[in-house]
Order: sequence, then C-alpha cells, then structure tokens
Amino acid sequence: MDNGTVRLILQDDVLTAVLSGEIDHHTAQGMREEIDFTVNQSKPKKLILSFEHVGFMDSAGIGLIIGRYKLMESLGGELVVSHLSPKMEQIVSLSGVGKLAKIEKGETNYDQANE
Amino acid sequence: MIKPMNEMSLSFLSCSANEGFARATVSAFVAQLDPTVGEISDIKTAVSEAVTNCIIHAYRDVIGMIYISVKIFENGKVVIRIRDKGCGIEDIEKAKEPLYSTGGEERAGLGFMVMESFMDQMKVTSKVGKGTVVVLQKELERKQAKSANG
Repeated sequence: MDNGTVRLILQDDVLTAVLSGEIDHHTAQGMREEIDFTVNQSKPKKLILSFEHVGFMDSAGIGLIIGRYKLMESLGGELVVSHLSPKMEQIVSLSGVGKLAKIEKGETNYDQANE
Repeated sequence: MIKPMNEMSLSFLSCSANEGFARATVSAFVAQLDPTVGEISDIKTAVSEAVTNCIIHAYRDVIGMIYISVKIFENGKVVIRIRDKGCGIEDIEKAKEPLYSTGGEERAGLGFMVMESFMDQMKVTSKVGKGTVVVLQKELERKQAKSANG
C-alpha cells in the first residue's frame, strides 16, 4: 500500500510541499503534521501544495487544503494548490475550495531543488 | 432478478489504516469487469468515503467491524454495500448536506456528496444505536461482453 508522504522544500519565502502516494483520512494526518511543523517554523509567504505525485485522493485532501489555507491565512501568507488531476479537480470543484486557494496548473520548479 | 456473475464480501476492523485496504480490495475485485481508469478511481473514492464515515462517525470512540459486500453483473453493474454496527445517523438528510460535518475541523463534510457524484446511485439507511448501511451502485461502460468463466 502506498502511504502518503511529504517532501518539503523551502526556497526563499516559498515552501513547497510535494505530496505523494495516497491521501485519505488515515494518511492526511501525518502529512498535515509535517507541513504544519515546517510552516510554523519557517513562516513562509507562500505555501505550494503540489499534487503531482499523488495517485489517489478522497475528500480528506480537501480537508488538508482547507486546513492549510486557514494556517497560511493566519500567518498572512498565501496558499497555492498545483498539479491536480482531473479526478481531484472534480472533488475540489464540489467543495468550492477554489474560492479560497489559488489553483495552479503550471509547472513548479521544485524538481531542480531535489535533484 | 438478475443473478450477479460474481460476488464477494469482506469484514475488517475500523482502523484508519484499513481505508486503503478496503478501496484497493474492492477495486481489485471490480477489475474483472475491465473498468476504465476513471471508473476505478470513482469507485475507490466512493468506497474510501464510506469506510472513512464508518471509522470517524459510526465507531467514533470505539473499534468495530465494517462489512463490505460487492456484486458485479454481466451488464457492467456494480453494487457495493458498506455496513457498520455503529452509532447510526439521526438525520440522514442533514448528514448528506455538503460541508456539514461532525468530524472535526479538518473534515470537509463532503463524504456523501462525493459518493453521490462519483457513483450512479447511493442509498443510505440507518438506525440510531444499530448502525448504517450505504449501498452504492454504478453501471460501467461495457466495451465487450465478458464472462467470469471466460
């Protein structure tokens, strides 16, 4: 079973959380704790949640996005959600979360950072 | 009543680690119908929501058994029944409302809505103190007629 993992990359004031594996109620908890710990430590201006390497997501992913939106809002920062698959977009559009976070389809440049 | 071409049932404890197990097992079984990637993803998502509901709500402070049965039919129909013996739902219509959740602030309150929109049909029956049954149904698009006996 593919458990959800997070890789965190901090560049300047931008924290990118590269999520991978499967996001459900079980795996979201660990992801949330890891992201929040680093956000609270580094207080970035922008948090990017990248879903590029996520194979599966249910509505727990929406909870993850909403919770991180609230956290970034409390720090006066911005949340960007990137690389949602069409199925994930379907859940996102049901939730109306698009009104809170900026949804980006474009490339993120974390790949250079982790090579 | 048409007879299913195959059926299975499984039961497991309401540990959150079983969310992935449940959706993977159901999707592996449904794979016999040669579904599309999108159809499998829809079924996995709906099962994941239903099982999560059992874990978070039905068995809130306890661990109990979750029962799933799946029937597949020649015409591509899939019927999935997810049952618990948990606390039951007092007001099903309220529980179905989008963004309504009693599961804490990291829960989006979208479970039933996702099940409804990813499957063709959803039926919820519940008795307070006895448990809840969710029946999900989806007709897969048939590329070719296939049989289990091949």
